[in-house]
Amino acid sequence: MVTAGATHAFPFLTVLVLLPAGGALAVALLGSVRTLSRVAIEWVGIAVSLATLGLAIAIAALFATTTGGFQFVTDHSWATGLGVHWNLGVDGISLFLVLLAAVLFPIVLAGARTRTDAVSFVAWMLLLESACLGSFVSIDLILFFFFFELTLIPSYFIIAGWGYTRRAYAAIKFFVYTFLGSAFLLVGILVVAFVHEHQTGVLTFSLPALEHTHFSSAGDILLFLAFTAAFAVKAPLFPFHTWSPDAYAEAPTGGSMVLSAVLAKLGTYGIFQFDLRLFPQASVDLAPLLLTLAVIGILYGAIVACAQRDLKRIIAYSSLAQMGFVALGIFAFTTEGLTGGVLLMLNHGLITAALFLLVGWIYERRQTSQVSELRGLQAPAPVLAGVFTVAMLASIGLPGLNGFVSEFLVLSGTFLTHRWWAVVATAGVILAAVYLLWAYQQVFHGKVDLANSTTRDLSWAERVVIAPLIVVIVFLGIYPKPVLDRITPTVNSLVAQVDAATHTHQPAVARRGVAGTSAALAKKAST
Amino acid sequence: MSIAHPLAGRGSTPSRAVLLAHAVAAHRTRAADVARIATPHIRYEAILPEIVMLGGAVLLLAVGALVERQLRVRVATFGTLAVSAGALGVSLWQWADVTSHGGFSAVDHAVVVDGFSALVNILVSCAMFLTALVADGYLRRERVEGAEFHVLAMVSASGAMIMGSANDLIVIFLGLEILSIALYVLAAFNHRRAASGEAALKYFIMGSFSSAVFVYGIALVYGATGTSNLAQIAGFLSTHVLTSDGLLLAGMTLLMVGFAFKVAAVPFHMWTPDVYQGSPSPVTGFMAAVAKVGAFAAFLRVFVSSFEQLRVDWQPIIYGIAVATLLLGAGLAVVQRDVKRMLAYSSINHAGFILLGLQAATARGVSASLYYLFAYTFMVIGSFAVVTVLGRRGDAAHDIASYRGLARRQPLLALMFAVLLLAQAGAPFTTGLWAKLQVILASVDHSVPLAVIAMLSAAIAVFFYLRVAVLMYTPVPLAGATPGVEVPAEEPVPLGKSVAPRALAAAELAVAGAGGTRARPLWTGDERNIVAIDRMNAGLLLDDDPMTLALEGAGEGAVPQGALGEGAQAVSPPSSDAERERMLVGESGPPRSLAFDTLAGGRGETLDVANVLATGPARVPPLSAVAIGLCVAVTVVLGFWPGPLTAFAHHATLLFQR
Repeated sequence: MVTAGATHAFPFLTVLVLLPAGGALAVALLGSVRTLSRVAIEWVGIAVSLATLGLAIAIAALFATTTGGFQFVTDHSWATGLGVHWNLGVDGISLFLVLLAAVLFPIVLAGARTRTDAVSFVAWMLLLESACLGSFVSIDLILFFFFFELTLIPSYFIIAGWGYTRRAYAAIKFFVYTFLGSAFLLVGILVVAFVHEHQTGVLTFSLPALEHTHFSSAGDILLFLAFTAAFAVKAPLFPFHTWSPDAYAEAPTGGSMVLSAVLAKLGTYGIFQFDLRLFPQASVDLAPLLLTLAVIGILYGAIVACAQRDLKRIIAYSSLAQMGFVALGIFAFTTEGLTGGVLLMLNHGLITAALFLLVGWIYERRQTSQVSELRGLQAPAPVLAGVFTVAMLASIGLPGLNGFVSEFLVLSGTFLTHRWWAVVATAGVILAAVYLLWAYQQVFHGKVDLANSTTRDLSWAERVVIAPLIVVIVFLGIYPKPVLDRITPTVNSLVAQVDAATHTHQPAVARRGVAGTSAALAKKAST
Repeated sequence: MSIAHPLAGRGSTPSRAVLLAHAVAAHRTRAADVARIATPHIRYEAILPEIVMLGGAVLLLAVGALVERQLRVRVATFGTLAVSAGALGVSLWQWADVTSHGGFSAVDHAVVVDGFSALVNILVSCAMFLTALVADGYLRRERVEGAEFHVLAMVSASGAMIMGSANDLIVIFLGLEILSIALYVLAAFNHRRAASGEAALKYFIMGSFSSAVFVYGIALVYGATGTSNLAQIAGFLSTHVLTSDGLLLAGMTLLMVGFAFKVAAVPFHMWTPDVYQGSPSPVTGFMAAVAKVGAFAAFLRVFVSSFEQLRVDWQPIIYGIAVATLLLGAGLAVVQRDVKRMLAYSSINHAGFILLGLQAATARGVSASLYYLFAYTFMVIGSFAVVTVLGRRGDAAHDIASYRGLARRQPLLALMFAVLLLAQAGAPFTTGLWAKLQVILASVDHSVPLAVIAMLSAAIAVFFYLRVAVLMYTPVPLAGATPGVEVPAEEPVPLGKSVAPRALAAAELAVAGAGGTRARPLWTGDERNIVAIDRMNAGLLLDDDPMTLALEGAGEGAVPQGALGEGAQAVSPPSSDAERERMLVGESGPPRSLAFDTLAGGRGETLDVANVLATGPARVPPLSAVAIGLCVAVTVVLGFWPGPLTAFAHHATLLFQR
């Protein structure tokens, strides 16, 4: 992999990572000042996250579309003697996850405030933002692991501190599951570094350096499994998902948004960035297994979602299905599939965050998110219903909204190399329409009863908070090109790398695919 | 036992005259020896840290004995602080000397000065310094006068230092005994508590037993190799091949058992929970840090340098011990209700991690173990400092339930403790994770499964550290909840019905009725019944908790349940945070009626949490606060800036290591 791109004098990524952490510290300290109201402190939090967003946008604007390597690279020796470096960089895959996190945290802080102990909530959230951004831009494996682990602590305290009824159970389950996964990850990272040291005499954890390590075929597969265990739990992929419905449903609104929209992406991001680059052979060899799990996850998530009676749990299971689509795109090993996977991570983050936020607002008004107790909300709250419609339709994958583009790319990319998996997975799209439309019908349509008739519509503040999400959802549905342009070079180099390492070749049609698909999409959108 | 000695049978038979001349000469020399006993040349700078520490102890004891009134604790504390700072300074000077000029052995090769010994000396001095800070507040709180505590601790610390720089099995034994005997007395220091005496007796009996085993081991090794000097043992083993090595292996195994006792490795850990729980809390912290540092220092030196040739024999045993220590320590900690006991099991788990470095038997393994000891010392002393402070007068409030809501009563203390606990769990950007990372990197060398087991045990360990950490951030339930209403902990409550009307506390209703305003527009509606939920979650956190809320007071049947009928919308939340907070800590409520009968039929100690809460926040003596602050600072700052300490541990390799 080439570490190319313009070097910048300003340490963009270091500041990007440390800014929210500094904000968290400042908020925690300001919290002890008695004269400050908690609203002021919340505004400090929002301001810090907006500044981070500004920085992320600057990075996206300066991002060169011509190269597939890491850009904005900073590299400082961190733990001498251990070969650990403060090594940050951003490529086409991580760029949009950084942007996603940077966009969502201000929305969470503004839209999903808590009633109790706002100071700690804001501080934990900012720390979590720091940890998420850090994980997305770390090129050093140990540094990545540090941030990856760091995400657990704030999310644990957010679930346990501000969650719903069974929050202690959900929080502990969440923590122990993910920590178990990352136990394997840490050992895996150290083994990779150790093998590399044996081969070259250099102890390093830098991703570009470790890419050239050779493993025995059994070691390759075991290491792949160790890494994937952590990422599959985090994502979550099918058999490792059992913590997620509990955690998503019991977390407070902001917690659910971040967990499903940003933290879940850490898992699939890890598969992209580490599994494929470090163990290309094992990834290709085990692809049928992972594809099968992905398809099971898609169908299982969709079927279970159909049986749920709680809006939050419906979204939680629909997330499981969506993450299955991401995995499907990854392990198809075509440019289209991988590009679709990256795009789907971004899109799913936006959609699911919007849905969780809206459900949170419904809960705030009605003290329930049970489908059976909500009826005819469209009459008293038309704007809420309208916004919900857009987000829901995007989640179903309606053409013209962002969900469609990514799902289409994933399915067509998979179809080229793994036909039958794609065929079965398509059923998941139909099921998504079933459960989401059913839930929507129950909640918003029908004759409004007494309890629901007084539901407040969205206030102006709430409209301002949700608007960016809706705008981006629509925009990316109509014109995904700016995003695809930045993803494609990285994905191309990744596919080339995997192909070179495994002596396989993706079908030629897929290589031309993205441009062709974009054109087809544009045509479809215009008709 | 037969030894294939390379020198055996060499040489010719000398003539009779020559032999006679030799005998005469030998007799003359012996006669001269009677006149002046040949003492080895002593380089005092080699043992200066030990001299400072032990001399300081003797001096303090003498001053305490000579002055008319009992020495005030403050005076003893500052004396100890000065002595340990002096020892630290001397150790640092030794370190500088060693890194520039290399290590050497002194006092007839009985003592060695190398990076390893300097690091152990530095570490023990730091531990002594911190313990003196913590003990000050404890002794004043318990109204103990005199300098005995400090004197004993310093003697014990000097024993650990001797173990760190010993180059002879006999010297290691001397250090071990100096360390242990002082600790036996310290464990019994709180003579008002029967548990303290019991702990001391247990520790004494078990410790003496292990010492005896250890001495036996020395004897067997001496019998097998003809020397007790570590370097000479290594030299002997590298030049000789034993045709029958049963004696040597038996001796080595007995040494291993002795060490395993001291470091509390499974299956020789039985004394640890009882002793840690029964000893006065500052002593426990000191014991957990210093005894482990001393014993591990000698353990590492003996096995990695002297018995390096026998690696294939002892590595599998250490492997088994490490696995058992890791899993049992973590597993049993999960079910503890007493925080000191839980930390005791957690220290067993830590010992397992340190054994990983030993098991690797490489330079990287040794430096990883040293790093771990360094990180562990600060984390454990800090943790026990917090436990000491929260133990309150009598040093008995150690039930996990009394940590509930600490964050509201003493936010800074709770934060510090949370950081220390998370660091022990291996949270990123603390020394805790760097330590785990290094021992695991050392052990993936040839045993990946062991590394996996270690990380799995860490995952189990996370559970109990978090349990305490979260409990501190869980508010204390409101006094006087609705009588007879117990929310079943495991009952899955659907989200929408989470505001179970029947479980609403009457007091909350009263508050709501008094000051309820509608939610401001943009606030997420967390209008759930915090009280009921907290009680449920407490039940989950303390799943085996026989927490019985003695229900009485204002809540008594105040509201008929039907009145809450159509949902909780009628119940608006309290208008301000302050109000809610007051409600949660129960300041405005009726007299507290929470009786946490915590250890029903357990170890016979019951704790009235109501009493703990009634006495308000635990007083944090300034010196203890300094100690806790120092521990947290070391743990976090060196976690963010790992360079210096990793380099430090990296350079502290053994002198005689090949």
